[in-house]
Amino acid sequence: MQLLNIFKSLDISHYIYLSTVLFSIGMFGVLFRRNAIVLLMCIELMLNAVNLLMVAFSEYMGDAQANGQMFVFFIMVVAAAEAAVGLAIIVMVYRNTRKTDVSFLDSLKD
Amino acid sequence: MMNSLFSLPLPFLVLSFITILCALYVVTSKNPVHSVLALILAFFSISAHYVLLNAQFLAIVNLMVYAGAIMVLFLFVLMLLNLNKDSEPVKSKIWGIAATISAGMLLLVITAAFQKSGVAIYKGSADDIGLVKNLGRVLMTDYLVPFELSGILFVSAMVGAVLLGKRESNSESLLDKGNS
Repeated sequence: MQLLNIFKSLDISHYIYLSTVLFSIGMFGVLFRRNAIVLLMCIELMLNAVNLLMVAFSEYMGDAQANGQMFVFFIMVVAAAEAAVGLAIIVMVYRNTRKTDVSFLDSLKD
Repeated sequence: MMNSLFSLPLPFLVLSFITILCALYVVTSKNPVHSVLALILAFFSISAHYVLLNAQFLAIVNLMVYAGAIMVLFLFVLMLLNLNKDSEPVKSKIWGIAATISAGMLLLVITAAFQKSGVAIYKGSADDIGLVKNLGRVLMTDYLVPFELSGILFVSAMVGAVLLGKRESNSESLLDKGNS
């Protein structure tokens, strides 16, 4: 198969590094940005880094039952539900405060 | 290090550069709409990675669910809330430095942890492992209970989203009172 030639010079550590970099970028976004919608997008980015890692491991380990790919499938389900509920919460917060800035949501502090 | 980096296969290199550049743009761009578009591009390149990794059905699902549905939802919310301009106040420099250091430490620790681990040999799965025929059979036999549970999760998420997003009749008057 054509694709198998690629994997002769490519081992699992390259995919590990790629997903670690993606996860760290998402983490940086969550720490740095204040817009709640961009925060949700960074969380999606982190979820996708994990998905990519799972598919890579599933392929490299010769997963006969496609268990890794099934897990990615369920992560996608949870991510879709999370995005829907999160965006609904953001819309509600915007309706009450006219902002989506998370640093203003500190009324539990005092 | 650089030498070994450029000896990698070209498809992997190009896709990885596109993915990482788009992810960086998502995080750093001031305009949220540009972030959404860059994130869609990042999802496309991750889907291409899935095709490389013999997961064809997941690649299509990734495109449809993430790049199609979720990102359109994000775009709609951005347009609805009229946030498609540079409205975000800039955080102070201290925050930027602290976030950079934290994310860099995370990257350093995880990569350092993987340094000592043994490298698995490529075993490879069957060619048709990622096709819908095989995945559907596994989903309907081994993963039947999680499948049904995710249906319940979807229904509850949908009900929750509608309930949260519904405009209450007296909330508007409360807001007006607060403003005046």
